[in-house]
Amino acid sequence: MTKVSMTIDGVRYDDEVEPRMLLVHYLRDVAGRTGTPIGCDTSNCGACTVLLNGLSAKSCSVLAVQADDAEITTIQGMANGEWHPLQQAFHEEHALQCGYCTPGMIMAAADLLRDNPDPTEQEVREGLEGNLCRCTGYQNIVRAVMRAAGASQGAAS
Amino acid sequence: MTVTTEIGKPRARKEDARLVTGQTNWTDNIVLPGMVHVAYLRSPMAHARITSVDVSAARGTSGVIAAFSGADFAAEQGSLPCAWPVTPDIVIPAHPPMATDEVRYVGEIVACVVARDRYAAADALELIDVEYEPLPAVLDMEAALAEGSPKVHEAGNKSFVWPFAQGDVDAAFRDAPVVIERTYRQQRLIPCAMEPRATVAAMVGDEITLWTATQIPHVLRFLIAAVLGIPEQNIRVIAPDVGGGFGSKLQVTAEEFLAVLLARKLGRPVKWTESRSEGNLAVHHGRDQLQRIKVAADRDGRLRGLSVDLLADMGAYLMLVTPGVPLLGAFMYPAIYKMDAYSFKCTGVFTTKMPTDAYRGAGRPEATYAIEHVMDDLAAELGMDPLELRKRNWITHEEFPFTSIAGLTYDSGNYEAATAKAVELFGYDDLRKEQAARRESGDPIQLGIGISTFTEMCGLAPSRVLGSLAYGAGGWEHAAVRMLPTGKVEVVTGSSAHGQGHETAWSQIVADRLGVPFEDIRVLHGDTLVSPKGMDTYGSRSLTVGGIAVVGACDKVIEKAKTIAAGLLEVSSDDLEWTPGRWSVRGDPEQGRSIAEISLATFAAHNLPDGVEPSLDSESTYDPNNFSFPHGTHLCAVEVDTETGQVKIRSYVAVDDVGVVVNPVIVEGQVHGGLAQGIAQALYEEAAYDADGNLLTTTLADYLIPSAADLPTFVTERTETPSTTNPLGVKGVGEAGTIASTPAVVDAVIDALRPLGVTDVQMPCTAERVWRAINEAKGDAR
Repeated sequence: MTKVSMTIDGVRYDDEVEPRMLLVHYLRDVAGRTGTPIGCDTSNCGACTVLLNGLSAKSCSVLAVQADDAEITTIQGMANGEWHPLQQAFHEEHALQCGYCTPGMIMAAADLLRDNPDPTEQEVREGLEGNLCRCTGYQNIVRAVMRAAGASQGAAS
Repeated sequence: MTVTTEIGKPRARKEDARLVTGQTNWTDNIVLPGMVHVAYLRSPMAHARITSVDVSAARGTSGVIAAFSGADFAAEQGSLPCAWPVTPDIVIPAHPPMATDEVRYVGEIVACVVARDRYAAADALELIDVEYEPLPAVLDMEAALAEGSPKVHEAGNKSFVWPFAQGDVDAAFRDAPVVIERTYRQQRLIPCAMEPRATVAAMVGDEITLWTATQIPHVLRFLIAAVLGIPEQNIRVIAPDVGGGFGSKLQVTAEEFLAVLLARKLGRPVKWTESRSEGNLAVHHGRDQLQRIKVAADRDGRLRGLSVDLLADMGAYLMLVTPGVPLLGAFMYPAIYKMDAYSFKCTGVFTTKMPTDAYRGAGRPEATYAIEHVMDDLAAELGMDPLELRKRNWITHEEFPFTSIAGLTYDSGNYEAATAKAVELFGYDDLRKEQAARRESGDPIQLGIGISTFTEMCGLAPSRVLGSLAYGAGGWEHAAVRMLPTGKVEVVTGSSAHGQGHETAWSQIVADRLGVPFEDIRVLHGDTLVSPKGMDTYGSRSLTVGGIAVVGACDKVIEKAKTIAAGLLEVSSDDLEWTPGRWSVRGDPEQGRSIAEISLATFAAHNLPDGVEPSLDSESTYDPNNFSFPHGTHLCAVEVDTETGQVKIRSYVAVDDVGVVVNPVIVEGQVHGGLAQGIAQALYEEAAYDADGNLLTTTLADYLIPSAADLPTFVTERTETPSTTNPLGVKGVGEAGTIASTPAVVDAVIDALRPLGVTDVQMPCTAERVWRAINEAKGDAR
């Protein structure tokens, strides 16, 4: 067993884990942060995407021990009194149906907008290529990310 | 009755609040005290006799509670049910949840481990020793039916033959000026709902509770009782948040039966969550048919007859509705076209592959693909514009209601209106001009146009029709409406949502009907204790059947409220009139009681009329008297790079007529998602097996679900021809996009390449396949 410490959505966790434990299993089964789901086992679907020290990471492809000392933000840490603009935009643009891909999609979109605050539609499509959705055909997801970008831009200017 | 503005309002969804914040309740999130984890060992052989299974080494491992082989369940596990014995002489082989003596597909369960955590369970699987004696794999349907083929089952490889004929088919083909015959292959698909399956079972005393990622909690409860012999009243099935289904969770699975049996055997709650690779192997697959289609026509394009000879790959066993899927297609081949005669024959074939079953559209996308594709082939044969050919044969809007040659009575539709709108949005004539110019100039990028003027049968289904087709259950749906003392409303529905947005749409229906605020309504579903009756969600049936049950329950509440209001107002109920939300005295609207006031008065029950029960609650069960028939016209333009075979969708216009729309935002979302899945079949997805019967596409790295970067922005519009067979005028939308889009895309690809001599491309139309088709047409096959 190996000691790990990390901050998840603002709360500090210290645990002993098997070195092979995936970060996503640590989040879900040890820390009880079940808002982050698992959709595949080959890091293709992106459902488990979280922010690891501010950058998006597929938490099925990271070992818990690799996240030692890290700051993790999951979908459950996005709202701060009120919904994050991406959460609001996903709701308003009907960018989710079953909602299983939504946490990963929002976290990936957050990193995309950090990197490129004013993306074109094509840049959003390409930027979210690592996150799969089976329900929406992506059109409203793209629209929601563009809307959230516009909202943040509006707030900044 | 006055209609409020709720029907047709683009409401954002109630469901979203928990889904966008991660406060979800997926089955895999469930943790119970003392819960243990199950892992399954699956056959690596497509076909083999099991000569021994030794689980003893697994049993001794740290953290392992138990390990079992099929022999341990032989006395109690029964056979997984097939609810649709389509013919009296159908062969339905025994299908034990855990194999006992023979395995017939890669992925079939042969043993299991129960351990303290999922890692320990997975580790211990490696210690199980299974000895197999290989038997020949049977993979190709035509070979399986040939004399001397190795047998999948003792009884042979043919499960059933289901024939259907209407009109004089021989006469229609005899002396027909034009007859064309084609063979199309519907490749095998993997549904790939984003949430992998998961099941938790717990037994307390005699009572078993099963949480499971299912579309069908009610059907599952009944079948656990009927097959495993557990008293039905002791079974509770809960479908928590369910992450998509598309038919894949319309199933009674081995893992669900085994979870029940393990919870009972061990006296502990058990949990199983599949990995994606496990799911690709062992969630039922879709499609996989070989379609031989023959059409007879006059020189002017008028259709005379249609004949379809279908081979449908059942896989190794018949699951819940496996043999019924191609039959749903049987009624859809004639589509929107008039003709004199039609014959259909389906042969269900066993192979050593994962069983097939319902996948979005279930039989109808296959049929629609074949008829729309053959209409294009016929148009090419006649040298006619494919749109013109369709116009010459479709049912005109004056002709409704119209009984199709397959015997379905289409209640309403307007193919002209949908097509006219689509043609305009698409810029059909301009694109044809551009196509001609590119052909003229020999542009390496050729333009193709694909057309799909589809219809589908939805709203499954009138119970007596299902009975006549030998399906094992009815097609009704149940709802209850409960008025709470504060005037708020609880709605209970037998529909079981897994992404559709029932909580929102049903709230809109109730708000419209009862005149209460949308926010005051809560919709309860997906738990047999809360919603005890239901037929669940599949076949675009929720709104067209379940939604109508909600309407019925609301109307009963309004009637009850009338009697009580009359008592409160001391007037005759004949003197009252209803405006949504209120009964008042006719001619004196000031004199009245709101539904909330009536609810509170009913709760207090101080001065109800004699003989009136103190309850405003009601229940309603609705059995439709016909299917519904959404339709639409989809147009797709593709650019095909003739040097590389790369296909790019340039524009896609979908005009759908789904009748009256309760929530246009939800409808548009369903169309978008359906289009993505239909396009995926056309261009990207295929479940591939190697010559030994190993699935090659076990991961999402091999099985290509399209991403945002692979799909275009769709143009979606609607026409609205209300259904005349239900009080809301709704038709259903869950499958429309998937059914319509596959032929539109493939026909566009072929349309681009016809001048090069290409007449067909096998789906999915990957760059390699398109490139090969071009080169083969050039006589330069490599």
